[in-house]
Amino acid sequence: MDEEVVTESRKETEVAPALVSVHPDGHYVAVAVGPELRVFDLIGGCAASLVDDSVDQPFHKDNIRAIRFGANGKLFVSAGDDKTLKIWSSQSWQCISTVSSEKRVTAVAISNDGLHVCFADKFGLVWVVDLNQPSRDKKPTPLLSHYCSIITSLEFSPDNRFILSADRDFKIRVTNFPNNPLNGAHQIQSFCLGHTEFVSCLAFVPAQEGPHSLLLSGSGDSTVRLWDISSGALLDTCEVAVKAGLLESNGKAEEHDHAVTNLCTTLDGLLVAVSIQSLRGIVLLRCNVSAQTLSVAKVVSIAGEAFIPTCLANNPLTRELWMVTGVSNLPGYNYPSLARVLVISGIDVEQEPVVLGDNKIPGGEKLLETLQGTASVDDNAFLVAAEAVKAAMCNLLIKKQYPSENREYRKKTRNDRKLKE
Amino acid sequence: MPETGVNPTHSKSTGLPRKRFYRARAHSNPLSDSHFPVPISPSHVDYSLHYPQFFPSSDQSDSSRKIQFADIGCGFGGLLISLSTLFPETLMIGMELRDKVTEYVKERILSLRVANPGQYQNVSVVRTNSMKYIPNHFEKGSLSKMFFLFPDPHFKEKNHRRRVISPFLLDEYAYVLEVGGIIYTITDVEELGDWMKSCLKNHPLFEPLTEKELEADPVVKLLTSATEEGQKVARNAGQTFQAVFRRIVPSDQIS
Repeated sequence: MDEEVVTESRKETEVAPALVSVHPDGHYVAVAVGPELRVFDLIGGCAASLVDDSVDQPFHKDNIRAIRFGANGKLFVSAGDDKTLKIWSSQSWQCISTVSSEKRVTAVAISNDGLHVCFADKFGLVWVVDLNQPSRDKKPTPLLSHYCSIITSLEFSPDNRFILSADRDFKIRVTNFPNNPLNGAHQIQSFCLGHTEFVSCLAFVPAQEGPHSLLLSGSGDSTVRLWDISSGALLDTCEVAVKAGLLESNGKAEEHDHAVTNLCTTLDGLLVAVSIQSLRGIVLLRCNVSAQTLSVAKVVSIAGEAFIPTCLANNPLTRELWMVTGVSNLPGYNYPSLARVLVISGIDVEQEPVVLGDNKIPGGEKLLETLQGTASVDDNAFLVAAEAVKAAMCNLLIKKQYPSENREYRKKTRNDRKLKE
Repeated sequence: MPETGVNPTHSKSTGLPRKRFYRARAHSNPLSDSHFPVPISPSHVDYSLHYPQFFPSSDQSDSSRKIQFADIGCGFGGLLISLSTLFPETLMIGMELRDKVTEYVKERILSLRVANPGQYQNVSVVRTNSMKYIPNHFEKGSLSKMFFLFPDPHFKEKNHRRRVISPFLLDEYAYVLEVGGIIYTITDVEELGDWMKSCLKNHPLFEPLTEKELEADPVVKLLTSATEEGQKVARNAGQTFQAVFRRIVPSDQIS
């Protein structure tokens, strides 16, 4: 009976946050919420229609957990709880291939040469798919493994030499990406260790001069950290929640109120947008590459509505930051696939960033209709959604602590104890 | 430790802890989330707690001495105790998941230090899940020997991922081992022996030691004679299966 209660409550709290991704040329914006994949063509000014000959809509049968455009703009991938990874052409929006995973997929990455797609499953295995294989149903090959830890983020280094994987056990692994990854990636370059909670997101600051790109990571410990990946050295730590005035420096954050949920580099890494749980807006960090430091540049708040972004994406050409908030399903509400999209323009060192109103958003009403769905939703639902996303994230990524009384109670059922009595 | 004499869990004649007071289950699930402190990174490991005579203060910035031997799943610590006197200048640590067993080894080392002044200062033990937290304890290329002696066989195929030697975990062991460092494995279960040997053989960063090298290595003899499990196998006249491999630079990277 006890078990039944557990599984039921888990089902209820298992919600997925809405995701957003922008095509590297700014041609398309994609939003994933629940099992739904919504793509808008910004140049054509209309919704892109996705085609997958093998299945009917929705193309994913369960919550999508990861979406991403390839660096060269030719590919788009989506994957999630339905244990499938779909690789799309981001020109025709045809599904090129569907890859089955043994476990639920938590993160995806596309190599910068566009030849390989990697994805991580819920048991800590990272798989690689060779796109040169002729068959449509491609078989994934295991690449590396984090021992039974949920991988939260996968990222290729800009020079494609390394694949990075972050997990809920506070660590980031930097692995050499071999010429033939189908034999596995065995050489670990470094571990970036310093976070004191789950690592939630990774982003690169591309090298301006010199060979080394710097790595940024966000975590449940409310910090963003800057790393040298070749040595794993921690270069700087920015306590974003404290520095942005969200909490007192001595006050312990309540129940991971200020976990960093997403990171997005803009202006070639000069400014870094950070979303934080419970913050209605974003924090912009300034990254000084030569001094290797991070500092808070400004906090951009969103006035007039309850908007706590769940995901960020950058359009490098127009210097716009795309934000989405939403949740796959909301217990107690009748809103499946709830999503709200906002754009901040004028992300620049000199300029003052502006949160665009719905009438000024690129793509206009049509875009909002496509990406958000049509149902009008009351403001309150988004607050409940933010709470649900937070609870789900904590549930998934923070180890359960059992109080000592509770532990004693659980031990009562142990067989060796029973024998003694 | 003056109260050793009255400690009821220690033997009156030798001062060493008695195993009967540290009963533990034979196995422990490496997949469960146990709660024990994990160092944030290798630089957070406080050497003064483990090796007080070598590191009188917790400020270790001046010392370049690092742990070089790791006994993964050290059990009751038989091998470590033998290695300690064989390599008195080398720092070594045992890693064990079962808390009671770790407590026993801790007590055993402390008692040995009291009984033999100046000895056993280079050996210590830590409770951890080494399948998860190896990189938190050791820096890249810092170890010269790793031991995996009589590990849990996990016979069922669905539990093979719980085995401490596996193709993916070898990547992490290769990371903490220096080039030329040696990994020692031994078991009394033939099936597991084959498994460990094939994992190591198929890994691009390891090569087997030659018969001659095995003969010359004094540590190889300890694998069966010094460990509690090894002695048990010898008592029952059982067979053991060992695999000893060296960490190498992969052939495609030698310039």
